[in-house]
Amino acid sequence: MPYLVHSEAERQEMLAAVGANSMAELLADVPTELRLSELELPAGLSELDTMAEIRRLAAKNQVFSDRLCFRGGGVYQRFIPAAVAAVLAKPEFYTAYTPYQPEASQGTLQATFEFQTLIAELTGLAVANASLYDGATAVAEAAVMAVVQTGRHEVVVAPFLHPEYLEVLRCNARGRGFRVVQDLNAVGDATAAVIFQQPDFLGLLVEAPDLTKLAHQHGALAIACVDPISLALLAPPGEYGADIAVGEGQQLGLAASLGGPHLGFIACRQQLTRRLPGRLVGQAQDGSGRRGFVLTLTAREQHIRREKATSNICTNHALCALAASVYLTYLGPDGLRQVAEVSCQRAHFLAQRLSELPGVRLAYPERPFLNEFPVRMSQLERRLAGLSQAGILGGLQLGRWCPDLADAATFCCTEVNDPDAIEQLITALAAAA
Amino acid sequence: MAQRYYTETHEWIDLEGDIATIGITDFAQAQLGDVVFLELPPTGKALAKGDAFGVVESVKAASDLYAPVAGTVVEVNEALTDSPESVNQDPYGAGWLMRVRVEGDVGSGLLDEAGYKAVSEQAR
Amino acid sequence: MKHAPEPLSFEKSRAGLAPPRLPKAGVPSSAALPDHLRRQRAPELPRLSEPELLRHYSRLASLNFSISEHFYPLGSCTMKYNPVANEEAARLPGFAQLHPYQEEASIQGALELMWRLEQALCAIVGVDRVTLQPAAGAHGEWTALRMIQAFFESLGESRPEVIVPDSAHGTNPASAAMCGFKVVQVRSGADGRVDVADLHSKLSTRTAALMLTNPNTLGLFEKEILAMAAAVHAVGAKLYYDGANLNALMGICRPGDMGFDAVHLNLHKTFTTPHGGGGPGAGPVGVKADLAPFLPRPTVEAEGGCYRFDFDRPQSIGRVRSFYGNFGMLVRAYAYILAMGSDGLAQASEDAVLAANYVRKRVEHLLHLPYAGFCMHEFVASAGRVADGRVRALDIAKGLLERGIHAPTVYFPLIVPEALMIEPTETESKATLDAFVEALVEIVELANSDPAALRAEPRSLPIGRLDEVAAARQPVLRWSRTLDSGEKAPADGSSPQGDPRQPAAVPVPTA
Repeated sequence: MPYLVHSEAERQEMLAAVGANSMAELLADVPTELRLSELELPAGLSELDTMAEIRRLAAKNQVFSDRLCFRGGGVYQRFIPAAVAAVLAKPEFYTAYTPYQPEASQGTLQATFEFQTLIAELTGLAVANASLYDGATAVAEAAVMAVVQTGRHEVVVAPFLHPEYLEVLRCNARGRGFRVVQDLNAVGDATAAVIFQQPDFLGLLVEAPDLTKLAHQHGALAIACVDPISLALLAPPGEYGADIAVGEGQQLGLAASLGGPHLGFIACRQQLTRRLPGRLVGQAQDGSGRRGFVLTLTAREQHIRREKATSNICTNHALCALAASVYLTYLGPDGLRQVAEVSCQRAHFLAQRLSELPGVRLAYPERPFLNEFPVRMSQLERRLAGLSQAGILGGLQLGRWCPDLADAATFCCTEVNDPDAIEQLITALAAAA
Repeated sequence: MAQRYYTETHEWIDLEGDIATIGITDFAQAQLGDVVFLELPPTGKALAKGDAFGVVESVKAASDLYAPVAGTVVEVNEALTDSPESVNQDPYGAGWLMRVRVEGDVGSGLLDEAGYKAVSEQAR
Repeated sequence: MKHAPEPLSFEKSRAGLAPPRLPKAGVPSSAALPDHLRRQRAPELPRLSEPELLRHYSRLASLNFSISEHFYPLGSCTMKYNPVANEEAARLPGFAQLHPYQEEASIQGALELMWRLEQALCAIVGVDRVTLQPAAGAHGEWTALRMIQAFFESLGESRPEVIVPDSAHGTNPASAAMCGFKVVQVRSGADGRVDVADLHSKLSTRTAALMLTNPNTLGLFEKEILAMAAAVHAVGAKLYYDGANLNALMGICRPGDMGFDAVHLNLHKTFTTPHGGGGPGAGPVGVKADLAPFLPRPTVEAEGGCYRFDFDRPQSIGRVRSFYGNFGMLVRAYAYILAMGSDGLAQASEDAVLAANYVRKRVEHLLHLPYAGFCMHEFVASAGRVADGRVRALDIAKGLLERGIHAPTVYFPLIVPEALMIEPTETESKATLDAFVEALVEIVELANSDPAALRAEPRSLPIGRLDEVAAARQPVLRWSRTLDSGEKAPADGSSPQGDPRQPAAVPVPTA
């Protein structure tokens, strides 16, 4: 049987040592009326047959080439250096437990300390935690921080926060008992936080400094949901005075993987440190004066604070945070800026080429964007289907979330979408009209 | 000379006129271990008796603090921000937490030294 | 020089090292970003060449214990072998390359996998539907409580309380509080199981749910589970199963048959997805039919050999995360279930129970065992009587680390003083279990002969015991240049330029 280790003789030897005649004796506390004779599952398979079935399922999916993927909406195809996979494949990292025993976990702890610094640097804020599940839950956690910090029970969300993030925020708010309002005119004395996304779900830049000011004028916190790669070019939340920055880190070296596992991150001003959810790694010293790293400020967390913890999170996305650290350290500040700039330039070129096509126009030609933007086009559905047949994953249709944009889709470009791929897209789109 | 009282939740109160100085007991600090952080209320905050007014944290534990009397916070021990260890080293002296102007009667439910000794013996 | 300290990537980084070769835009540039939205100061990221980068992380890796090399008898954490085939499965381009917003027709294999995994989990725990969305166990707890909350709202009932035992995982009360519930604690009795009389006194029409782990965190099966389920249902409340300890029960009995209405599973415990140094995991939630309308959306449905998402679920609590769950973890767990099958899963749980009882029996002369009788997949011992109290559970934990064995869970559950919670799992050989016992023998001997020597362990690991008090009093949570030069980091997190890099200085505690 796969993955089991005892011989039948060893099982008998262990049973005898325990002083039991049978397994049934060991399981006597389980009421007999609850005992199963057998699970209603097929018998186990060989590794060969297991992998054959897994490959059958994988083969039923259509895999688009990276360079022909122009769909974003929160998950982006980017170049992932081989170094990232090489580090993630190290069993010393991926099969390690949560670093509760620092003497046996300095590798994970130091890597996490480096991750916290990287996120703090990118966001321009003082402190970042060890990771959260994803961008959506990070927004919800930040909202809870603001509600607790201000004692107020309403958060105001700027237009075009990612609709799935908004839905997660609402689900949290209903449970926890605070309101979510989608009207910037409603910001007032009852507002705990103003939440905005930069760039927003459509890819467009928002006036983040003004939104931050608006929050602060009313004694509310400003929560910025940011794209980490954009921060190579765009003002980070710390520069315009936002109190909390959150976001999705999938672009930092993680596969799309149908949406997970990805990486939530959260950073904040120094004064909010003890309101942070989840794990924090700090620097410490041992008895002989050696520097080490340790989980710290743990009295915020569920295993100590129980119902008064800042969050219920325990398991986080540590391995995804490691991927992000490797990715960022591979690129360095100049590499990250190049990646952001190339993506931005290609996206603007694509926008230009798209708007030259008959029946296609930019949805917000006056609004600045980085590497994703909405376009309206005639026969949208038919054209996207045509792209798919040509092996191109075209833009993301917006109608299911934004009825006003039923004829629109967002297109994105990154460094993987080379100029030939862009021309291929334009040609296929023209042909599909 | 101040009159000292105790609570079942391990706070002490020194009452002098209408000013109550409040801290946690030696037994409480020993149970918590090395204190690393305290969250205390702002001055001017009105407290009802039994309100959770703050938190005391050690590395392995955190405990809510409960107001033993009703009143208004007039002073908090700012020195604890930089030296929370005072709560361990001198819980009845330098480790005091805050001063409250008492409103109304001190009320029932407070313990004298013998009464608190019995409570802490039982908790041990 | 086995454990030479490894500098931080920031300390190894050298200014002037060119970035890796990256593609040029290759298109005319027309992008114009407004100045006031541009970044002023470049982020201070480290940059290492690829050879240095790989060596940095290889050295960090060498500082870790991991299940690939070490035994982890960590109670309630189920640190078992992570099959390498599952890693290969999750990395197949047919899974790893999928964009979450691809059309359903182009992800039929992924949808089929999710549907089949749901069916398998339903069969294993005895429920009607499963959501695969939650990212972790605590997230699953919270998701289930939100569903229970929505269920009672739909009936117009106000039930503000959730009951948890005093031996419960900390996530239980924390998840209840995140849902706005008041947490009511129920006592454990002298036999380590829920005090049924106390439970009766806490149950009322204010109760939304009782959260239970079975076997409980002491490794004991709640023998009165059917009576407890009846009592919970008699007041109209729901019974919630914390799946942290499911590894004891696969193929033996099912939470659904015990009367549980909602169940979360930790795929990273029972179903072998790796712990990753703290995550990612996955925490699917199973429910009985009456809670199914409240499942997060979308669900996955099968119709005539085709699979689709169902977003049209008007009573759904909505979403608990973006997209459809930690899909990469779902692939691994499904591969594990396929390989093990009904026979393998049952044998795994039996072996887990056998291993725990074997270790328990062999340590009974070394440690105090507060609860009599056989255990399930784990047991709790107390170190309180070792060397007449001259050493603590922590010292035994560190002594095990020194001997190349990961420490058990310590100081949990809270109801046992100096607790050591030991879960060997089914994937450790008898030789490993015997070596663990021998290490404990040695540690207890040392505790008796020279307790100070034990308190000074570990000696041969990369680092000795750290001053956690100083670390918490003056937290240093990031590297910065100012930290290197010994100044206090500015509150806004900005780090001025120009200071030469020096070894980081740790702030000295004022005590």
